[in-house]
Amino acid sequence: MGTTPFALTLQQSNAERLYCLNESAEREGLQRGMGLADARALCPSLQTMPADREADAHFLQLLARWAGRFCPWVGLDGDDGLLLDVTGSTHLFGGELALLEVIEERLARGGISVQQGLADTRGAAWALAHYGGWMPDEARGDASGSGHVETEASTAAHEKRSSGLAVRLALSGKALAAIGHLPVAALRLEEKVCTGLMRLGVRTIEALYALPRATVTRRFGLEPLMRLDQALGHREEAISPLSEAPHYGVRMSLPEPIGLADDVMAVAAKLLDRLCNKLDRQGAGARVLQLTMRRMDMEASQVELRLARPMREAARILPLFERSVGEVDAGFGIDMMRLEATVVEPMADDQMTSVVLSNGGREADREAASRGEDHALDDLVSRLGSRIGLENILRFVPADSHIPERSFSLQPAAWTKAVAAWPGLGGKKGADRDARKEGTQNEEASGPRSPRPVRLFPPEPIVLPLSSEPDPVRREPPAHFRWRRMQLSVAYARGPERIAPEWWWEDPAWRSGIRDYWWVETRQGWRLWLFHTPQNRLTHLSSWFVQGEFA
Amino acid sequence: MYERFDEAFPLRGGRAHEVTGQGAAVFAAIACGVGVRMDKRPAMWLVEEWRAEGLNPDGLALFCDPRHVLLVRVSDQKAMLAAAEEALRSGAVSTVVAEVPRDLTFTAGRRLQLAAEEGKATGILMIGEGMGNNAAESRWHCTPLFSPKFRQNQVAMQSLQTPDSTLQRWQLIKNKSGTLGCWDLVWDAETRRVIVVSEAGERPHSAARGGDDSFCPHVAAE
Repeated sequence: MGTTPFALTLQQSNAERLYCLNESAEREGLQRGMGLADARALCPSLQTMPADREADAHFLQLLARWAGRFCPWVGLDGDDGLLLDVTGSTHLFGGELALLEVIEERLARGGISVQQGLADTRGAAWALAHYGGWMPDEARGDASGSGHVETEASTAAHEKRSSGLAVRLALSGKALAAIGHLPVAALRLEEKVCTGLMRLGVRTIEALYALPRATVTRRFGLEPLMRLDQALGHREEAISPLSEAPHYGVRMSLPEPIGLADDVMAVAAKLLDRLCNKLDRQGAGARVLQLTMRRMDMEASQVELRLARPMREAARILPLFERSVGEVDAGFGIDMMRLEATVVEPMADDQMTSVVLSNGGREADREAASRGEDHALDDLVSRLGSRIGLENILRFVPADSHIPERSFSLQPAAWTKAVAAWPGLGGKKGADRDARKEGTQNEEASGPRSPRPVRLFPPEPIVLPLSSEPDPVRREPPAHFRWRRMQLSVAYARGPERIAPEWWWEDPAWRSGIRDYWWVETRQGWRLWLFHTPQNRLTHLSSWFVQGEFA
Repeated sequence: MYERFDEAFPLRGGRAHEVTGQGAAVFAAIACGVGVRMDKRPAMWLVEEWRAEGLNPDGLALFCDPRHVLLVRVSDQKAMLAAAEEALRSGAVSTVVAEVPRDLTFTAGRRLQLAAEEGKATGILMIGEGMGNNAAESRWHCTPLFSPKFRQNQVAMQSLQTPDSTLQRWQLIKNKSGTLGCWDLVWDAETRRVIVVSEAGERPHSAARGGDDSFCPHVAAE
C-alpha cells in the first residue's frame, strides 16, 4: 500500500470525496476533500475503500487508552488526534525528544505512522504536529528543555513525514521560534481567515505576530489573535483529558484448583461483592454478567447471566448464578475465575425498604408492585430469562390503534415498565361505567371499548352452506355456517362495528379495506368475532371471516 | 349435597388445578384476576410459541388487568413445565397459567403441585379435552353456554344486561378436597365477580339443547 495510491472515501454532501489518502496518492496531486471522480481522472490507478468513521473513533479510543502509558492525561483532538499532557513525565523516557522517539517507534511497530509535535502549549504542539515538517530547511533542530509540554499525535493512516523529530519540538519558552516559520493555517484558523491573511501577504505566524494587534482584530475578528496567544502561551487553554471509563471486571486466582459447585459459588460471591461495590460507587447496575471459569488445563467455560433489571445487590444476583454454575464441567479443577459486567446501565439509588412481598394488601404495596419494583418478580424474570431468553417474557403494552391486532404490543418485560393504567380500566370506575352505558345505548359509537375477544387469531374464512343464496344486499351475519369443521348456527348477533384500515400503516392483512365486525353468539355455545368486508361483497361470495373468540 | 360454589371457586391457593373445554381461557383469566386482586402479586401466562391464537389483552381486560399478566413464550412442553415450576416456586406471582398441549406424567404434575405449595401460588393448567393428571387438586370443564331463555330473562333484567355478560357452564369434574359440582354463571365485569345464575332457581340450561346436559347434576335432577 506504500507504493500504490490509496485513499479512503466518504460520502459527503451527496458526493464521494477523499477522506484520507496515503503518501503516494498525495504525490499524484490528490488531496483531501477532492471528489472521487476527479481523483480517478487525475490518478486512474487510485485504489479506494469506504471510510469507517465509527471504527476510526473506536480505534482512537483504544489508542488513547494505550497512550496512558506515557502520561496520565490523554485527551482527544478532533477525529484523528490525541493530546497528551506530558508535564513531568518526560524524564521517565529520557527527555522530550526521547519520548517522541519512543512513541514513534512503538507506533511504527504496530504499523501506525504518526506526526507529533511537542511544545509548551497546546496550540504550538498542534502546529508542530500538523505543519512541523513544513519547509524543513528553515526549521531549527534543538535538543530539549523542559516544562509544560504537550504532544499531539495524529493517528489515522496519514503519510509519514520523516524529517527529524527535532523539528517537532519547541523549546520551553521558545514557541515563537519553533512555530514562527509555519503557515498561519497552523494556528487552527478557519480556512476563510487563512485565505484572507494570505492575500494580505501574511503567510507565516511570525508575520502575523509582527502585525499591530488592533488592525488584525479589526480585519479578522478576535480569533486569529486568540489562537496566536494560545499557541504562544499568553493565554491559557485547557485540555480535557478523557475520563477513564470504569472497568467492571474482577478476577481471582486460586492457589488450589476447586471443583465443587459450592466452592465455585463461594468464589463467585466474593467476586460479586467486589463488583457490586464498584457498581455502587459508579451508580450503575449490571445488566449482563459474565462469569469466566478457567480450568487447570487452560480450558475456560463461561456463564452468562442476563438480568431483568439493572442490579447491583450481590445477595440477589448470586442465587441467579446457581443453576448455570451447576452445569459447568469443572474438569481437573478451576484455578481462576473472572466476573465481568459486560453490559452496565445507570441505576438510581433505591430506597432501602423496597422489597415488597406481603400478602396483606396495603395500597402502597400494590402501587410498588404495579410500578414494577417487585424485586421477587425481577428475580423470577431473570431466572426464567436465563433459561428461555429474556425476550420471551413479555408484557402487554397498550398501543394507540383501532386495529384490533395492533391495539397492543408485546414488549419484553425486562425492558419495559407496566403502564400506569390499561385504557378503559383504571381507577375511574364511574366514567368507565358511563362509557359502557353509552355504549349499550349507542352501539355505533361504542368505539374501542366495545367487547373484544379473549383470543385473536389470523382471520379464518367461514364456509356458507351451499344451499343458501348469497344475498348481495345482506349485511347481517349468515344464519348458518361452517367453521373449523363445525356446523354453527347463529342465535344472536350484535354489530356492526366498522373498523377502517390505517392508511399510514401498510398492512397486507388489511388490504381488503374496511371491516364490519360482529359479535356472534352461536347455538353451539361458541361466541365468535366475525367480520365481513362489505365492499368486497359482490366479488367474493364468502367475505366473512372469524377473527376471534370470546368464549 | 353439591359443593357450594364459593367453597370451590376462588381456587384453593398453593395448588395446581386443571381446566379444560372451550371456556378454559376465560376461566384462567378470571382466576388470574382474582389472584392478582387478592394477592397483590402479578400473574404469569405460559404459552408455546407456535400457538397462533394469541391472547388479546383488550379481551382479557374484562376479566383481569392485563398490566399484571406477564406472557411467557416457551419452545416446548419441557421448557413450559420447567418455567411453570420455577414461577410457582418463586413466590413472585400469584397465578401461573400454563397451556399444556400434551399429557403430563404424574411426576410432572406432582412437581408442579409441590412448587405451587412452596410458592403459595395457584397453578392453572389448561389441558386438552379428555386429558388430566391425578396430581391435580381439581379439574374444571368450562364451556360457553347458549340459552335462549337466559337471553330473554336477561333482556328483562336490566341489571344483567351488560354487553359482555356471557353465560358459562363450569363443571367441577375432579376435586381432591370436596365434592363435584356444576354451575351456570355469568361474569360481571363491573363488579369483577362471578354471578352464579343456576343457583338462583331459574335453571337456564333447562331450555338448552346442549348434548352434555346429562353431565350436569342440576339437569339430571330435573
